[in-house]
Amino acid sequence: MTPTPQYETHEHDVLIIGAGGAGLRAAIEALAQGARVAVVCKSLLGKAHTVMAEGGLAAAMCNLDKADGWRPHFRDTMNGGKRLNNWRMAQLHAQEAPGRVNELEQWGALFDRTADGSILQRAFGGHTYRRLCHVGDRTGLEMIRTLQDRGVQLGFDVFMECTVTRLLKDGNRVAGAFAYYRDSGKFVVFKAKAVVIATGGIGKSWRVTSNSWECTGDGMALAYDAGAELLDMEFVQFHPTGMVWPPGVQGILVTEAVRGEGGILRNKNGERFMEKYDPKRMELSTRDVVARSIYTEVKEGRGSPHGGAFLDISHKPPEYVKRKLPSMYHQFKELADVDITKGPMEVGPTCHYVMGGIRVDAESTQASLPGLFAAGEAAGGLHGANRLGGNSLSDLLVFGRRAGLAAGQYAKTGTAPSIDAAQIEDAAREALAPFERATGENPYSIHHDLQEVMQNLVGIFRADQDLRKALVELDKLKDRAKKIRVEGTRTFNPGWHLFFDLQSMLTLSEACTHAALARKESRGAHSRLDFPKTEDEWGRKNLVIAKKGGALSLVEVPRGEMPAELQQILAEDK
Amino acid sequence: MADRTATLRVFRGDRESGKPVDYQVPLAPGMVVLDAIHSIQAHQSPDLAVRWNCKAAKCGSCSAEVNGRPRLMCKTRMDSLPLDQPITVFPMKSFPVIKDLVTDVSWNYEVNKKITPFTPRPNVEWKMDQADVDRVQEFRKCIECFLCQNVCHVLREHDKKSEFGGPRFFVRSAGLEMHPLDGANRLGALRKELGIGYCNITKCCTEVCPEEIHITDNAIIPLKERVVDEFYDPLTMIVRKIFGAK
Repeated sequence: MTPTPQYETHEHDVLIIGAGGAGLRAAIEALAQGARVAVVCKSLLGKAHTVMAEGGLAAAMCNLDKADGWRPHFRDTMNGGKRLNNWRMAQLHAQEAPGRVNELEQWGALFDRTADGSILQRAFGGHTYRRLCHVGDRTGLEMIRTLQDRGVQLGFDVFMECTVTRLLKDGNRVAGAFAYYRDSGKFVVFKAKAVVIATGGIGKSWRVTSNSWECTGDGMALAYDAGAELLDMEFVQFHPTGMVWPPGVQGILVTEAVRGEGGILRNKNGERFMEKYDPKRMELSTRDVVARSIYTEVKEGRGSPHGGAFLDISHKPPEYVKRKLPSMYHQFKELADVDITKGPMEVGPTCHYVMGGIRVDAESTQASLPGLFAAGEAAGGLHGANRLGGNSLSDLLVFGRRAGLAAGQYAKTGTAPSIDAAQIEDAAREALAPFERATGENPYSIHHDLQEVMQNLVGIFRADQDLRKALVELDKLKDRAKKIRVEGTRTFNPGWHLFFDLQSMLTLSEACTHAALARKESRGAHSRLDFPKTEDEWGRKNLVIAKKGGALSLVEVPRGEMPAELQQILAEDK
Repeated sequence: MADRTATLRVFRGDRESGKPVDYQVPLAPGMVVLDAIHSIQAHQSPDLAVRWNCKAAKCGSCSAEVNGRPRLMCKTRMDSLPLDQPITVFPMKSFPVIKDLVTDVSWNYEVNKKITPFTPRPNVEWKMDQADVDRVQEFRKCIECFLCQNVCHVLREHDKKSEFGGPRFFVRSAGLEMHPLDGANRLGALRKELGIGYCNITKCCTEVCPEEIHITDNAIIPLKERVVDEFYDPLTMIVRKIFGAK
């Protein structure tokens, strides 16, 4: 007989899971609604993956290009996403992003400046105008520090290094979460009238990835397990430029700002190969196109020595490169012995971002369960089939704010939730099971094998046979994951932490693979070798995944009719 | 380099007790110390505790003392270290150990709360020159790795955590004080709550900063000068005595 689990309990109006840009912005807005707010995060405050964002934050400020505005930004976003985007989200995003940037500045963020003292904006792939507000190549750090300081000032309760393993429910309504502290291993129960998921992406399931250990899709898995719907999970973005050498840094991001500042891509023959794939936009084509182009060059034998392409910015003055791309300069100098002011970098595609996520209402970010909201990379819809660079940071701010606002208002009308003890006991039992097995597998070997499966079978180019094989392999991995044994104690035990993260990664890998198998066309980041064309019919539906009777169910959902006003904007495309 | 190995001598233990443990790790080209620690986790000790996130020197999570020097493990190349002897990897000394390489850095988050946040002057126009912004952007590069806090002797040897804020928070204060549009005055807090007077500018913090922020020259010394001007200017002191101002 298992003893009753020990845990502490906290009650708040709004519980926010994740402390990247979206979570922090949601917290600030919920606080402004007068809510008592808890923020729970897997790392220390200020270390979330947002800190890695480099190139900038897309917003039609029109500081340099007066012809810009929300309409061109909306149009670029829809075209970049191959028009599979939730158009209302794309509209709100383009309309509200400039206001969110100004707000950041008023909270102390210091962007690079134009000659007349306004916020400087740089060019980026798929953006018609110079649109990205930036701080050299460390925009994410500036953003997260600004939001963190603002949140601390306004007074949220932060629970750092604390991982949620399950959402708790009051009937059908999401009413809290079960978590453990990473340092002590002790359990904690959060009760809340509204829960916001802002846990970011799923990139850690691929071997070559720009994502940190945190990006294991926890929030999407929590929502899915609680009964919420996921949308567009087949669309995974491979950023064209990750480091390829040396092995330890493979996948680490090389910002698109290198190309935004004039960087040129060449193959081993010195050919500027983007002339072949997108002669109009060249290096500043959208990420899906550039990633496929580099992949194709390598596959056809024209790659660099370590299996990538050459990216060169050394034609610009060294001082300019160091000022505009300081962290790239140091990253290559220290980790790869390459001086980017003197010669080219070697780069190749790296798993970077998932366009899909929790299905939400555009205005309120509410998921398909009452009491549950989602924003940022964890939510799906805004980016359609392919995200434009710079649209992620603006997404975090626009929809982070909307999530905080809606959750704060929802909490005002909601009653205090009641959570039955059985849910908590079950979550605790599940958490402790790996310690109780006398024999069993190491979670690291399962993670290693999962990354190989996703890298090799669910990568940039996909095919029916590979995807079916991946599903078989994922089933085997799920079985192995049920028999994980963890050594040591509950005190800061990474093996135990990985046991939880693996559950999320396996759930999301399966969702991604099922959706990739079902979408029998190529669109944006989803490229099927066996269905190479983009089909109008597929542009009229999204794939929605939910857990039904314990199993994954996938349905096609028609997209309805875009309002005439928005259609008109798209029709103006030059 | 294919078949070569290195020995890592890693601290294993918790608040109560601990000892260094040796691990043999296969070397790979371009390998950094954090790669070696991950290799130990994956193949030898899955419960070896370490903090990390970005693996690209942008998040400041993987601070430790490698061969006695405070470093980011993700930025410390194995081939920059003598491999014919064990490489020691210990947790930051100035903070209490939680387990293995993970320390309790929560004190830093408490100090941060003492600093008056950005307070724009009323009715400012949101225009700034890049030259003015440059100065502050240097401070805002800080990734909060806390290596400067770890190495500062006021904290490391004298443990003045209750009276002294440490270099990280002088850098943050300088970023706010020198923000072109900020209107708050933090000099009183710098003198009292953050105890800037304890710093005797030995520049240890500057030496270990992975972001190469000139902590002492550009942040601490200008702040010390402002504090002196505010509180110790002889003329002002006389005026204060006469008129009884605070």
